[in-house]
Amino acid sequence: MATYQLNINGQRKEVNVDPSTPLLWVLREDLKMTGTKFGCGISACGACTVHVAGVATRSCIVPISHVGDRPIVTIEGIGQDAVGRAVQNHWVETDVVQCGYCQSGQIMAAVALLKNTTKPTDQNIDESMGGNICRCATYPRIREAILNAAAELAKGGA
Amino acid sequence: MPWSRVALVVSIVIALGVAAFVNGRVVKRNTTAQGLAAWDQVYSVLTHPRCINCHTATNYPQQGDDRHRHVANVVRGPEGKGVPGLNCASCHQETNADSTGVPGGHNWHLAPLEMRWQDTNDRPLSKAAVCRQITDRSRNHNLDGPGLLKHHEEEPLVKWAWNPGIRPDGTARTLPPLTHEQFIAATRQWVEAGTPCPSGK
Repeated sequence: MATYQLNINGQRKEVNVDPSTPLLWVLREDLKMTGTKFGCGISACGACTVHVAGVATRSCIVPISHVGDRPIVTIEGIGQDAVGRAVQNHWVETDVVQCGYCQSGQIMAAVALLKNTTKPTDQNIDESMGGNICRCATYPRIREAILNAAAELAKGGA
Repeated sequence: MPWSRVALVVSIVIALGVAAFVNGRVVKRNTTAQGLAAWDQVYSVLTHPRCINCHTATNYPQQGDDRHRHVANVVRGPEGKGVPGLNCASCHQETNADSTGVPGGHNWHLAPLEMRWQDTNDRPLSKAAVCRQITDRSRNHNLDGPGLLKHHEEEPLVKWAWNPGIRPDGTARTLPPLTHEQFIAATRQWVEAGTPCPSGK
């Protein structure tokens, strides 16, 4: 076991866990932050996506010992900035969600896309979101919400 | 043997050694035949899955000894590091994550397309074609022979091939057919022969 000081959504958190523990387990089991979901456990579905130092990261396969002092943002904190807020708003407005299980990961990937690509093309969306699986196949609404969020941000909204 | 003759032999050996490495440049010392034989060894490493899986000619990296397309729809991206929602660094950290079976290393990325060692059907290029690529300074980050040797000796992602970590099932990833030391020795022989390439396509 080892003690780690984490910066999660701008707050300091201390955990005492085995160094090999994946970040997802630390979030869900130790910190009770259950917004981030366990999907496949092998980084193949994207449900566990969080941001580590701004990079969309599959938390199910990153051991806590590899995180270091890099800041972590989860679905619980993504609405704190303009891009995250715009994406969440348009997710609701577009009624994207069906069962909802994958959606926190979808939103985290979408925010990463829009923070790097202000006017995403369909190809940008296909490539950046292609690793986030939705069993309900809400992909058309995900695309629509991303494009709407991008348009609103371009106008200085959110 | 008289001491004067011993001194002469030693002087010649030292002089040859100095001549072989002048101003940081490796001077041709091996024959072309020796160089081509050494290239065969170098090529056997470059085309091992630990190396060639990230020297693709396509829009995606490969994984595993069967060199299958990388899971999760990973794509190359503009700088060979994936795309914003799905970067290489989304999973691959600075070091191997053996507890989860994900390999890692500093600056994990795909080799650029001009450094591809496969065709678009994922078949390895020939010894001649890979040799032409690796010696073409317009396609190899402008490296000369000693530069290539240094790259093989020191580049973290090259060295990673000999420390590739554990697969998700707990077994060790396979290693290239030569040790790193043997790979360097072969590269040095090839460089010292003037980086000769086999003829043909």
